[in-house]
Amino acid sequence: MSIVLEHVTVSYGRGAKRFDAARNVSLAVAQGEAYGLVGESGSGKSTVLRAVAGLIPHAEGRVALAGQTMGKARTTAQRKTVQMVFQDPYGSLHPSQTVDQILSMPIAIHKLGNADRRVAAALDEVGLGPAHRFRYPHQLSGGQRQRIAIARALILEPRILLLDEPTSALDVSVQAEILNLLSRLRREHGLTMLMVSHDLAVIAHLCERIAVMNRGEIVETTTAEALAAGDVRNPYTQQLLRSNKGFDASGGELDLLDAVPIR
Amino acid sequence: MAMRAWLLDPAPASRRQARLGGWFRAWLAFRRNTLGMVGLAIVLLLLAVAAFAPLIADPASALTQTLENRLQPATWAHPFGTDELGRDILVRVMFGARITLTIVVLVSLIVVPIGLAIGLPAGYFGGWIDAALMRVTDIFLAFPRLVLALAFAAALGPGIENAVIAIALTAWPPYARLARAETMTRRRSEFIQAAELQGASHLRIISTQIVPLCMPSVIIRLTLDMAGIILTAAGLGFLGLGAQPPSPEWGAMVSTGREVLLDQWWVATIPGLAIFVTSLGFNLLGDGLRDVSSGRG
Amino acid sequence: MDATLLRVRNLSVTYPSDTGDFRAVRNVSFSVGRERLGIVGESGSGKSTTGRAIMGLVRHPARVASDEMMLGDTDLRRLSERGFRRLRGKRIAMVLQDPKYSLDPVMQVGQQIAETHRTHLSSSRAAAKQAALEMLEAVHIRDPERVYHMYPHQVSGGMGQRIMIAMMLIAGPELLIADEPTSALDVTVQSQVLSIMDELVRGRGMGLILISHNLHLVSSFCDRVLVMYAGQVVEVCAASRLGEAQHPYTRGLLAALPELGRRRAELPQLQRDPAWMEDIATPLETPALGVGP
Repeated sequence: MSIVLEHVTVSYGRGAKRFDAARNVSLAVAQGEAYGLVGESGSGKSTVLRAVAGLIPHAEGRVALAGQTMGKARTTAQRKTVQMVFQDPYGSLHPSQTVDQILSMPIAIHKLGNADRRVAAALDEVGLGPAHRFRYPHQLSGGQRQRIAIARALILEPRILLLDEPTSALDVSVQAEILNLLSRLRREHGLTMLMVSHDLAVIAHLCERIAVMNRGEIVETTTAEALAAGDVRNPYTQQLLRSNKGFDASGGELDLLDAVPIR
Repeated sequence: MAMRAWLLDPAPASRRQARLGGWFRAWLAFRRNTLGMVGLAIVLLLLAVAAFAPLIADPASALTQTLENRLQPATWAHPFGTDELGRDILVRVMFGARITLTIVVLVSLIVVPIGLAIGLPAGYFGGWIDAALMRVTDIFLAFPRLVLALAFAAALGPGIENAVIAIALTAWPPYARLARAETMTRRRSEFIQAAELQGASHLRIISTQIVPLCMPSVIIRLTLDMAGIILTAAGLGFLGLGAQPPSPEWGAMVSTGREVLLDQWWVATIPGLAIFVTSLGFNLLGDGLRDVSSGRG
Repeated sequence: MDATLLRVRNLSVTYPSDTGDFRAVRNVSFSVGRERLGIVGESGSGKSTTGRAIMGLVRHPARVASDEMMLGDTDLRRLSERGFRRLRGKRIAMVLQDPKYSLDPVMQVGQQIAETHRTHLSSSRAAAKQAALEMLEAVHIRDPERVYHMYPHQVSGGMGQRIMIAMMLIAGPELLIADEPTSALDVTVQSQVLSIMDELVRGRGMGLILISHNLHLVSSFCDRVLVMYAGQVVEVCAASRLGEAQHPYTRGLLAALPELGRRRAELPQLQRDPAWMEDIATPLETPALGVGP
């Protein structure tokens, strides 16, 4: 199932106070492809993701999944095709529901039946066992919570998986486990993935094609190989690449300081 | 103890085990709060007295007037003395506990559902729904409790039922606001977004996701409000608008004891102390619950 | 000996709990001179607790114990809360992760910086304001007069962090402890803030302890690196030689990092050896480097 975005714009406020979180974003993700959106905070990457997810009813422009244009309100069947893993493993699970309840809800909403078997299978697929099934989120580690979030996303057997900085809040060792898990699940289920991150290395690890966003617009579209080779045209992308390499003691960064940036 | 180990099992095997384990852990945390435990003890005492009053004393003796016995100080036969109509004060206080408890429970049962029903949609949907519901809330918030109760008494006649309605009508607005505030805080949470993404309806989201998060604050608020409710009920009784004589309502008892306050102080003071201790108990319990709840985050 | 600003030997921090004592920091020893020392670890490694213990910010009921904890001539073990308060800001300062939570939201940022100056140096209002403006310039803020009168909510993340640095360094401390100072910032802003810290620390001959979970950052910014795991120091080495690390945990961590340009089908996952949790028989101790390069 493919994703097509045409001139997607998301704005808040009117007139003088109008703020464009995303402006004129167009991209296409082929079936089975992993596409990355890279940018810093305020770049609009998360907004674009949420527009694809159908969480922003007032988004303008066209969002099409598998050739079918999505309307302002999504039907239940449409909801089943695209799911998302959120950034914050602490915030994306309901704090007073057990893992079992969290995983059972989507099954109940879509009336899939066989809840017990599905929940057990979902847990198994993300590397957790029955011991975790009736725990509350605060009894789980960050990595375990993110696994539950992935299990919840996959329990409806979506064709498209959206990932919003899935490993930013995790330790390095846990990040590797989750990235491996995502690679494996993508292979096994033939998922189409659209992933957002500020970390170039993480994006290049999972995605083939990558779009760089800045201030709500796509400034460059490139590939993981090109990024690795430093073969990029846009100065913002070059700046991102430089910053990704770690601290550079030559002090060149100080010249780039803006005057008084006010929010 | 095997039961304790089962409750504290870090890998529960069923929903029931997980839920009971959660309650047990909360209880353990609460137990460490001394004042909260004192409050709980007082409230439990109130419940016990109200439940077992007819077993301890003959209900009729709360109403039996024995005029030779009037205004007696504390003796073994009458540990709290007798009032101006010769009725045993201890027995009247015990049966008065039932009336107090009835009022408190009835008010709670009315106030919480109304407050949630108005506050939750206001916070969830926002916009004109929020504005409309909050204006309605403001209107009810503008009424002072006793004045409204007087109005009711004038219109419908005095009595416990009317007192309860009067109190409830003015007590629900804060709960609507509380529910609204909690809902607005959680509305943008990622787990709510995840629920929307799954195709959950608004009703499902509100009832399964948001209500469980509102309940702790609502319950704590309710416990702390109890004192106010009890005092208002006593105030109404004092003014003659609550339970009617010869009902042993505490406020009414304080009122009739006023006349003999200087010489036979116990007639007014003992029921007054009962009001005080009960209010204190609920306050301490509410404080304890709030400490535990905020401690656990 | 003169070059050593801070010396810590066998520092331990223990938190009592219902289920037994939890040893957050175990037998940690190191010295810091006029250099950049990085302490790296994942969550739960005890790195932040170590930094806070040095500042005297670990409160009851946690217990802090050490064989030695000297800041220059001052014995930190014997200091009372009042003693620590005199020390903090004046001789040793700490920059935390999120300036949103470290700055007073109802006070102008310039005033907060000036207040620090007045508290430690007993200066007049005018002198303190002047010093604050100079400090704002030192952190490369281009319109110090205007920024002086701004409130924390009007200031972006990177600028807020620069203001924090200004506030922490204005009284001229010898040692700066930075606990995840750039984790909440965008990547491009991170570089700017680090450059400023670098410039100031070098210029003033200060020592810097950078606590972070980001191996890459620490190895490129610091001179020496301490790796912590489960409360203990498991590796010490020069930052440039981190690739030759000995301890399997460090090697595992380095291998698990995704790298631009090196596409692997699967990232090698860290296999945690339970032996790493046991107390190290002879805790690693690291003398300070001399005056920085």
